[in-house]
Amino acid sequence: MSDIPLDAVPAASAPPARKRARLPGMVIFAIAWLLLMLLTALAADLVSPYSYTALDLQNRLTPPIGMGGEWVDPLGTDELGRDVLSRLIASIRMSLLIAFGATVISAVLGVSLGFLAAHFRGVVEQAVLALVDFQASMPFLILALAVLAFFGNSLPLFICLLGLHGWERYARIARGLAVSAGSQGYAAAVKGLGASPWRVYGRHVLPNIASTLIVSMTLSFPEIILLESGLSFLGLGVQPPMTSLGNMVGYGREYLTRAPWILLAPSSVIVLTTLCVSLLGDWLRDRLDPTLR
Amino acid sequence: MLRFLGIRLARALLTMVLVVTFAFVVLRLSGDPALLIMSADAPPEAVAAFRESWGLNDPIWQQYLRYFAAIFRGDLGQSMRDGRPAIELVAERVPATLALTIPALLIKIGLGVPAGVYAALHRNSFADRAVMLLAVAGFTVPSFVLGLVLVLVFAVTLGWLPSGGQESWRHAVLPVITLGIGGAAVLARFTRSAMLEVLGQPYMRTALAKGVPWHVAVRRHALPNAAIPTVTIIGFMVGSLLAGAVVVESVFSWPGVGRLLVVAVANRDLAVVQCILLLVAATMVTANLVVDLLYGALDPRLRAAPRGATA
Repeated sequence: MSDIPLDAVPAASAPPARKRARLPGMVIFAIAWLLLMLLTALAADLVSPYSYTALDLQNRLTPPIGMGGEWVDPLGTDELGRDVLSRLIASIRMSLLIAFGATVISAVLGVSLGFLAAHFRGVVEQAVLALVDFQASMPFLILALAVLAFFGNSLPLFICLLGLHGWERYARIARGLAVSAGSQGYAAAVKGLGASPWRVYGRHVLPNIASTLIVSMTLSFPEIILLESGLSFLGLGVQPPMTSLGNMVGYGREYLTRAPWILLAPSSVIVLTTLCVSLLGDWLRDRLDPTLR
Repeated sequence: MLRFLGIRLARALLTMVLVVTFAFVVLRLSGDPALLIMSADAPPEAVAAFRESWGLNDPIWQQYLRYFAAIFRGDLGQSMRDGRPAIELVAERVPATLALTIPALLIKIGLGVPAGVYAALHRNSFADRAVMLLAVAGFTVPSFVLGLVLVLVFAVTLGWLPSGGQESWRHAVLPVITLGIGGAAVLARFTRSAMLEVLGQPYMRTALAKGVPWHVAVRRHALPNAAIPTVTIIGFMVGSLLAGAVVVESVFSWPGVGRLLVVAVANRDLAVVQCILLLVAATMVTANLVVDLLYGALDPRLRAAPRGATA
């Protein structure tokens, strides 16, 4: 399917370009929320009112503002008296770090394999395609759990493991687009001028397929956040004393009836963040890439 | 047609071989199995005897072949916790998982496909917007959040349904709804875009230009063509009947395969993990094979040019 050259797409299906110049309200909201998350993650140590591990056993399970709490702990405290807002900020940093790391790893891995397949064809291509089929046909959560069972858990391993999620999509796209680029004039022209394969793929093919790849990244970023939070929720992802959004929900579950705020705060952040990235991705896809739907 | 079948079967087998290899490689990479299974302070003679009896001193390719042979005999090792065969432990959990995932699958198909078709046929209407909004929400709300919110509302606040356990059918209601809603959203979104794609095709315009009524054109031309991509994703859902409820089973303390897997991973009970991995892979591969065969029935073009579908 991805072998179809870009110019073979019938002109009728392309949306009229630049019909709406202004940003839709939802997209503005999405960008604002994501910027807020990004700033929170970058300035976590500055904006965090307390250390996220600081205990205060006198003030356990105090409710947040709006449920009878005070400004000392705006989002309440957890079962050990730790400030939920501070933990939330640390969790946002951890979850975003993992999701960014894993997205970049899977994009680099997938694009490299896709280019290798497109460049060498033959056996290499068949091997890559077999791996792609394998990856696409197995539920990733099960593979990830198997690896965690065999290797145990550490943060770098965990990020690399999540980086294996979704590489097959980039590989498919990169291979398909690189093959069709090879048959278009510009790649052949640079090659004819004596450019090395590195230069052809890095400087000429990659920028031409970048918009499609960026759209795929916005699709897989929320999936990785969901995967990370799911594994951490099960107690198999980020390990204490480190904290992540899923981790907070998992531990907060014990106090669902007495202190629902412990899990509601990180849950809302997960939902809003994945929602905003998806909205932004859909919008970018409509703008940048009429070939995907 | 025979050639098409042959290629599909070969690919299914190749995937299974890859999964078994993956399990073997990961098992070997993760450290010396002798040290993993025996405690760290076991006497060296005991470790040596263990290595000898399990053939760990043989060349790696012999171990690999023996691993394959054992799996073909159905010998998947013993659980390290209670010494029972791993396959038995897993098999007795399967009915509980299916009791959640099969009703959930029916909800997904029963809600998702009609909603997607309706949204596509009434593009940009209020109903379309509502369906798409729900679909995006269903995709972005993780199952554990949805499950816990349902527990908070229906079990804690209203007290209508139990929050966890497996005593009666009432215990299954919340987990089935949690699983069903998320999947229905994915399916609705997918069906809608498949339908939109088909509705824009020249053959639809041709049919309408010939004077075929709209509803006949939709039924005879659009639906069968849109069914092809939709069947793929339903096939994936059928394939994950065993593995699709890992998180939800944990939320509702439902004693199914997923719960067993999480506990086995936490305890590093490798035989059980490996057994579930292979079983899930077998289910998935079988479902994909059936989908491929259905393609052959749904889409005559694929029978003529099988490679075109895989690229």
